[in-house]
Amino acid sequence: MLKIFKIIMACLILAMAAGAYASQAKVPEAPGRTMAKQATQSAKLWITADHSQHEALKKPFTSGSEVTATCLSCHTEAEKQLHQTIHWTWNAGPNENGVQMGKSAYSLNNFCISANNQQDKGCLSCHPGWGKKTESTNCLVCHGSKEINWEESFEDLNAFRADAEEDPELKELADEIQAEIQLAVQSVSRPTRQNCGSCHFYGGGGDGVKHGDLDSSMFKPNKALDVHMGTDGQNFDCVRCHTTNQHNIAGRIYTTPAYTDRKSLIEDDLTSKITCESCHSSTPHKSGSKANDHTDKVACQSCHIPTFARVNPTKMSWDWSTSGKKKDGKPYKNKGAFGKHDYLSIKGSMKWEKNLKPEYFWFNGSVKSLTATDPIDPSGVVALSHPVGDSKDANSRIYPFKVHRGVQPYDKVHKTLLTPMLSGPKGYWSTLDWQVALDSGAKSLGLPFSGEFDFVETTYVYPTTHMVAPKDNVVACTECHIRSESRLTNLAGFYMPGRDDAGLIDTLGWFMVLGALVGVSLHGIGRIFTNGNKKK
Amino acid sequence: MQSKMATTYLYTRYERFWHWLQMALIIILLVTGFEIHGAFKWLGFQTAVKVHNYAGITWLIAFAFFVFWVFTTGEWKQYIPTTKKMFEVIRYYAYGIFRGESHPFPKRKEAKHNPLQRLVYLNLAAILLPIQMITGFLYWGYNSWAEWGIPGFTLAVVAWIHMAGAFAIFTFIIVHVYMTTTGHTILAHTKAMITGWEDVDESVEIEDWERAEYKAKA
Repeated sequence: MLKIFKIIMACLILAMAAGAYASQAKVPEAPGRTMAKQATQSAKLWITADHSQHEALKKPFTSGSEVTATCLSCHTEAEKQLHQTIHWTWNAGPNENGVQMGKSAYSLNNFCISANNQQDKGCLSCHPGWGKKTESTNCLVCHGSKEINWEESFEDLNAFRADAEEDPELKELADEIQAEIQLAVQSVSRPTRQNCGSCHFYGGGGDGVKHGDLDSSMFKPNKALDVHMGTDGQNFDCVRCHTTNQHNIAGRIYTTPAYTDRKSLIEDDLTSKITCESCHSSTPHKSGSKANDHTDKVACQSCHIPTFARVNPTKMSWDWSTSGKKKDGKPYKNKGAFGKHDYLSIKGSMKWEKNLKPEYFWFNGSVKSLTATDPIDPSGVVALSHPVGDSKDANSRIYPFKVHRGVQPYDKVHKTLLTPMLSGPKGYWSTLDWQVALDSGAKSLGLPFSGEFDFVETTYVYPTTHMVAPKDNVVACTECHIRSESRLTNLAGFYMPGRDDAGLIDTLGWFMVLGALVGVSLHGIGRIFTNGNKKK
Repeated sequence: MQSKMATTYLYTRYERFWHWLQMALIIILLVTGFEIHGAFKWLGFQTAVKVHNYAGITWLIAFAFFVFWVFTTGEWKQYIPTTKKMFEVIRYYAYGIFRGESHPFPKRKEAKHNPLQRLVYLNLAAILLPIQMITGFLYWGYNSWAEWGIPGFTLAVVAWIHMAGAFAIFTFIIVHVYMTTTGHTILAHTKAMITGWEDVDESVEIEDWERAEYKAKA
């Protein structure tokens, strides 16, 4: 008997010890990190061409199109490729109703509302052309590593050159400018954060206006702000993850998802690196870690980006309905928190915030966006763009978003959102007259306008995927798995331990437990008073 | 009636070990389980989950040994339910105990459980604990459901059954712990479960059917 007991004890202890050992065993690093390091280990990309050595780039240049022609003399297919991409066309193709999407089509947002056919040439400052023209490509917007104002340089160069015969000083100046231009032309590189950021960090016409996770703080972030791009860490450029295929850049999320399958480089070594899984795999945490069990339902970003806009503020709301007020008969501006405008007569009221917790939605990679032709229900908040996904869909994950809230004009008769003309002589910014601006905007897009308008609340979402924090700064379990103030309070339709109660079972359960306590207490008191338990 | 107390060896070493291991694991599981369910905050959610998982797996292994023991030793016969004397036992706890009457069903080595205990322990060992083990295991293996080919469940249903079971066990423990005080002294039953030796009243004759061997012979 004693022997059997000892054997049983030994088995039990062994079983428990084995379990404990498995969890304690020292793994030096989470496998997901090891994999990612292997995938990116050659920090120095070997390049076989030094563009400053190319004879073609040593000649004098007098115009932008000459530069492009020189680039294309070797890179024969580059322009054709670029002109097929959304970077050039600003067109995302038709949605399921056949309506063309994109900035050059019928897409809307709740910032400046519509970009199509605006007369503001400022919009073109982000177009990769020469100056504010769309005729030909400027390769160096994306591939030049030297900052230079091309338009001014060529203007000055040609002006000085014209009078150089008479004035040797002007000739000297012209030579200097030519030298600068040549240096800039020869400084060819893969796109850097400077190239991409000069447009994408300023989306919406200002630093951090649109994306809460992309602003000028990302030019030279530290590791704490972005663990991948941190200059004191991996120091990644944008294109490290936004890999390209014939000038199409991975990562665009519009009507179509940025990716359709989640593959790691181990499964497919030519897959794009746009998902976290590409480098980190779908079970990146230490073996046995509960976090690995989350990756089928929770996006990496949800835990690893605890807050966005951690350094610079981002715009969170824009109310057009309050615009048009005047002070002393003149339009005015008012500065609020973070030194940012909180009121402008030409734009209305806006709110800037910093260090924000994202909102979370089920997301399968697609965003459903309304266009200027879609009917709306003005009785509630209109979701101008909203993530597509469902808790029951195997391709959906809980994903963090910045939600920008707007109040913008709509047509009371046609029940569609309106696209005001903002710039130009008939634009709202010069007239402060909605009727004129809305009419002119509708006409420019060939859309009807009844003449009756009001304002409606809208939401617009931005997936939050940059500003990934170091592993010590992650969202803790109990920020979601908690009864009150869970980050996931608004997500319904599935059971989440810690967040959800068991309803009636809880009530009945506690009733039963308390009943038992009261029962035994009364019984015990009864025994004490009757003294019946003692034998006489 | 004159009571005649005698000391009897009721619980073997393994049985006692199993009882106290069970107690420790149930307390750990209840406390961490209710913390995971959000009833209070003590260890922290993450630690509570970890401890609950380890305790749960340990329980599964330990329970396998219990099943082996209960069948190889024939102790399972102690759990065969009966309605005989059931009323007397209920009457005793509702009334007789206050009058100082003797228990209508004194313990014997071969008849450890009164009819009420038989019913409760059988339900516990054959229904409630297996339900907890099955739902607990499913809960733990939630990510592998597809792999295991178990369709049709939702986590909510598994969690709710597991919660209902937890409340039932909690309630059982309150009553069970209280009942240990109803021996001839407050700690008599507790002492017996530690040493194995219980003072039993031999003045009350027990009948053949009450003995565990009886069924086997029949």
